[in-house]
Amino acid sequence: MSNNTFDSASYMSMELLRFTTAGSVDDGKSTLIGRLLYDSKSIFEDQMEAVKASSEKRGDDHINLALVTDGLKSEREQGITIDVAYRYFATPKRKFIIADTPGHIQYTRNMVTGASTANLAIILVDARKGIIEQTKRHSLIASLLGIPHVTICINKMDLVDYDQATYESIKADYKRFASKLHVKDVTFIPISALYGDNVVNTSDNMPWYNGTTLMYHLENVHIANDRNYIDGRFPVQTVIRPQSDTFHDFRGYAGRVSGGVFRAGDEVKAWPSGFTTKIKAIHCDNQEVEEAFDPMSVVMTLEDEIDISRGDMITRSNNEPKTGQDIDAMICWMDDSKSLQLGGKYTLIHTTKQCRCVVKSIEYRMDINTLSKDQENRTIDLNDIGRVKLRTTVPLFYDEYSRNRVTGSFILVDEGSNVTVGACMIRS
Amino acid sequence: MGYSINHLRELESEAIYVLREVAAQFENPCILFSGGKDSILLTHLAKKAFYPAKIPFPLVHIDTGHNFPETLTFRDDLAKELQAKLIVGSVQSMIDTGMAHEETGANASRNIAQIPTLLDTIEKHKFDALMGGARRDEEKARAKERFFSHRDEFSQWDPKNQRPELWNLYNGKKHHGEHFRVFPISNWTELDVWQYIGMENIALPSLYYAHKRRIFERDGVILSESPFITLREGEEIREEIVRFRTMGDATITGAYRSDADTIDKIIQEVAAARSTERGSRADDKRSETAMEDRKKEGYF
Ligand SMILES: Nc1nc2c(ncn2[C@@H]2O[C@H](COP(=O)(O)OP(=O)(O)O)[C@@H](O)[C@H]2O)c(=O)[nH]1
Ligand SMILES: [Mg+2]
Repeated sequence: MSNNTFDSASYMSMELLRFTTAGSVDDGKSTLIGRLLYDSKSIFEDQMEAVKASSEKRGDDHINLALVTDGLKSEREQGITIDVAYRYFATPKRKFIIADTPGHIQYTRNMVTGASTANLAIILVDARKGIIEQTKRHSLIASLLGIPHVTICINKMDLVDYDQATYESIKADYKRFASKLHVKDVTFIPISALYGDNVVNTSDNMPWYNGTTLMYHLENVHIANDRNYIDGRFPVQTVIRPQSDTFHDFRGYAGRVSGGVFRAGDEVKAWPSGFTTKIKAIHCDNQEVEEAFDPMSVVMTLEDEIDISRGDMITRSNNEPKTGQDIDAMICWMDDSKSLQLGGKYTLIHTTKQCRCVVKSIEYRMDINTLSKDQENRTIDLNDIGRVKLRTTVPLFYDEYSRNRVTGSFILVDEGSNVTVGACMIRS
Repeated sequence: MGYSINHLRELESEAIYVLREVAAQFENPCILFSGGKDSILLTHLAKKAFYPAKIPFPLVHIDTGHNFPETLTFRDDLAKELQAKLIVGSVQSMIDTGMAHEETGANASRNIAQIPTLLDTIEKHKFDALMGGARRDEEKARAKERFFSHRDEFSQWDPKNQRPELWNLYNGKKHHGEHFRVFPISNWTELDVWQYIGMENIALPSLYYAHKRRIFERDGVILSESPFITLREGEEIREEIVRFRTMGDATITGAYRSDADTIDKIIQEVAAARSTERGSRADDKRSETAMEDRKKEGYF
């Protein structure tokens, strides 16, 4: 394991990796995260003292590493994770953001939340149980949310005597199932979260395994190409117009590059106006930068005065987004009070644009177990996933989700409660 | 391909994105400025987000009356330099008018008295989004909070019923009388903050750097000599080289013995540290869920 020095030369080249953990209740997610933090020396002494004290109070017979992540009161009482908890640790190579999500079926929406920004998903499988319904459900979510890397950790190997045959058979089962999904990069690692085998340190108990530890994988998996550097997309957040004499004529468009690379002098097109112009300069604070790419937040100035405001999008003029009012999308439903309403109207938030939409049709509900399309019962309830067709009040400028996770995603908001009720991924 | 940015630039870009979303989605947002390094960082990021325009919202400071004088001087200078509007809500005057209560007894603090002062300030100025420099790594209740955290008309946080937050789509829709607390640096750790301060050369109050100070010890915590604290029997003032890792009230913020008097030394110290920065705060030690309880009531 890497030591804990962070000299300035090394931290200036650290990368950020976001990952999420999934698995059924009691598969060991919280224990695994506690183990990663503990073995990478990321748990502070006072936190460890608190965990020790709570473990004793609960009468646990060992230090319960799960208590490191199970933060909220009601969770500690019930001993389960009920919401997404974010955890952080760093090695000299990378900074990690973990979204620890609950395993219960009723909290699938939280897994979707954690998965939406993740580069990598760790899916835990209990070695005694093998691939179960939740493994399939979570793999489907990982594939649907376009997580580029999936790591299957076959946990509790200590309870199956670190048996290679058990591991191999689970791995084969998973491969058979996953061939129906679109997961690009799958890795298998046999571990014991409780005892630490193959988590940070190589296990002596499984000499037959010659792959890397989980930590090594997290530190080295290639993520630089996970972003889209081809399709130039710049949704405008706000227009910067300084009320000062020095910058009297300054008119800049602030936003975050959401695909592709932009350079000063590039020909660009503004949507929906359709006007083309050139980038005059790209600003980052008080400096001009030569190029901006996903995910940089910058301000652009343009050669010509054209009418652009929040919700509009600037793209490279030779690489146009799709545009239209009829959207075909996969949806994960997140509202516990009502199901998705056919003919219902919702507020839609896509990049920096807000409009309204109506649900034109519900094509099918996904059967998670069989991965088949249920066209008989098309009710989309809390935690259900389905395919819908929507009509929007104004055109969207978008890409397919599989091509761009920013311009290909949107959420639906209930117009009465203002709550986010649907997470959507555009198919076409 | 050479297209990649380091973790600090990615966190910066995310925070700037959130700051701009707040400016665009709300009518009357503000930055809650505590005087600590996190809110100084947040203010710095706000300057970057809107440059060359000025920061389009005021800085709001809930002044407990027990601040270090260095904090107040720094606050005033920073607001002047950025030409930002500064609004101060005074806990002292809330106590004087009976709208807030002064705690007494051992470990008394003005944390609780801050809550009505904050809520009063929100109401007076009709703020609909309050941005703060809280980070998820600070405390376990904070680890679950969203970037856009909804508050009902009583300013309460409902941790079990938070809106799902997907991709970078922030839903700031609300009913009349409700507001949001927004945390643009949610994903930063203490180490990230220090590394970024070093990288960007951000000025901080001198208290953060090792300096000679008149201190005494109480319940294992090193406290600064202060007009707000009466020494108890057996407590003695002496001079030592110390620094502060967080900036709260002078009455409760513990100092550390440290000779880290430069940013590089602080980064090394933080990377090697074996206890969290809140570990020295008497306010979190009261019970295991102290922070969660205070947050539900409307504390930041
Ligand atoms: N024997 C053994 N037990 C484990 C292992 N990992 C987790 N456990 C235990 O399984 C139970 C559930 O673990 P927890 O981390 O709370 O699971 P979660 O619900 O997925 O977060 C706890 O009693 C753990 O101690 C492992 O690798 N081996
Ligand atoms: Mg758990």
